[in-house]
Amino acid sequence: MRHLPPEPLGSEITSESLYLRRREFIKGAALFTGTAAAVGTGLQLLSRRPTGSGGGGGGGGLEGSTPTVAGEVPKPKRPRGPYDTDETPTPYEDATTYNNFFEFGAAKGDPAENAHTLKPRPWTIVIDGEVAKPQRVDLDTMQAWFPLEDRVYRMRCVEAWSMVIPWLGFPLAGLLRRVEPTSKAKYVAFTTLKDPTQMPGQRTDTLEWPYVEGLRLDEALHPLTMLAVGMYGKVLPNQNGAPLRLVVPWKYGFKGIKSIVRISLTEKEPPTTWNLANEREYGFFANVNPQVAHPRWSQATERRIGELRRRPTLPFNGYAEQVASLYTGMDLRKYF
Amino acid sequence: MASSPPLPWLKPAFLVGGLSPLALLLLELARGTLGANPIERVLNQTGMLALLVLVASLACTPLKLVTGWTWPPRVRKLLGLLGFGYALLHFLVYVGVDQGLRMGALLEDITKRPFITVGLLALVLLVPLAVTSTQGMVRRLGFPRWQRLHRLAYVAVSLGVVHFVWRVKQDVTEPLVYGGVLALLFAIRLAEAVRKRRARAALSAT
Repeated sequence: MRHLPPEPLGSEITSESLYLRRREFIKGAALFTGTAAAVGTGLQLLSRRPTGSGGGGGGGGLEGSTPTVAGEVPKPKRPRGPYDTDETPTPYEDATTYNNFFEFGAAKGDPAENAHTLKPRPWTIVIDGEVAKPQRVDLDTMQAWFPLEDRVYRMRCVEAWSMVIPWLGFPLAGLLRRVEPTSKAKYVAFTTLKDPTQMPGQRTDTLEWPYVEGLRLDEALHPLTMLAVGMYGKVLPNQNGAPLRLVVPWKYGFKGIKSIVRISLTEKEPPTTWNLANEREYGFFANVNPQVAHPRWSQATERRIGELRRRPTLPFNGYAEQVASLYTGMDLRKYF
Repeated sequence: MASSPPLPWLKPAFLVGGLSPLALLLLELARGTLGANPIERVLNQTGMLALLVLVASLACTPLKLVTGWTWPPRVRKLLGLLGFGYALLHFLVYVGVDQGLRMGALLEDITKRPFITVGLLALVLLVPLAVTSTQGMVRRLGFPRWQRLHRLAYVAVSLGVVHFVWRVKQDVTEPLVYGGVLALLFAIRLAEAVRKRRARAALSAT
């Protein structure tokens, strides 16, 4: 004869209704948590914007191209030049992670993330068109022709943000004089590399590739205009236009064409990429001008990266004294 | 009809889930991990969330029509108010932080830049909907009038999509996806309205 276990006391028995209510509560709590997590995750995934921070420096393993600690600014090797601003340079981390370089994606953080596929050496530049001495030249050879200069310039993007960047490079004028422009030369046209394997953004037709830009000859010969091969005392990171880029500090940033493979002297005004994409919004001259609004926003003020309050935008980005004379008698509203 | 049970956890879950991206954004802001231009990030993120949540609120009724589920309409008002909240936050960040309350610049933006005008109009249209979102207001207005008023939601969200299209620099794929979803939702509502009208006509004909 088997003994059954003693019956539990009546007081110990959970009533059926309470048992069911407890099960209901646990089920409800689980469903609540699951639903809240699903809603939150869904919204987050669908609304997420790339941060434009973090990501690698994308230096491509070049000597001296490894990102430094954010905010560390190497000391200029030379005394301050006549065109240097004494404003505080933008933290290196910001200048190398917040970029417009559509060849590597349209979001600000994309270039830092994706530009490691660009191979900045070996690099050849073709100089041709209206010049007495057209040539193909290796970048290292070209660099040896000119002493490198540190120049701290303001950089104003057409999107109304700005930075202060210590560039490393040489004046474009020296190179142009070396190849001897003919009497027909009135403009300089620049072309970026076109290679979708190195520049994945070129697989989409966001813009017409390759990216092209241009300057009037007198603008190109101006002592402020430089070709940069470095910044912050280091080799130019890929996302900032390695290995060779144009810097025209009194014009909006998109004029500063990156990863240049060709420089041509021309008789006629060359086509320029953003102007082709939208001529109402992006002119050939693109001089920084607080008086002339972009169709979608005012250009009267700008946000300096790292600052909370906007600051007034200066005519010609603060370089009016040096460059205003280039535009005497021109209607800058018409030639924006 | 697969009518859903009461589900007491439904609304709190949507509220908590719907507010979590904001909590995350504030956390990132506090930790300084929003990148080189945090103001731009907050603006973009709140704008996207507003559009997303408002489109979700407009999807509630069509979802019920297509599936027969009765739970989506129960979170419609919550999503509508949450979307309005994000839109209002987006506006306040633009006015207060991005533009730093410079009235001259704001007026110029509102009058001279269609993309800003349209965005502001979308927000203004949402205000009466938020104000009349209570049961009491439905009673006070009478359901038919209340319903007509709340059809403005479609107009407002369409303007929000236009605001987004005009905002992007080059690639309009993403805003057009929103436009497509909105068109689909509107088509479902329209088909339902036509079906109802026909049913009524058939009824009165007999």
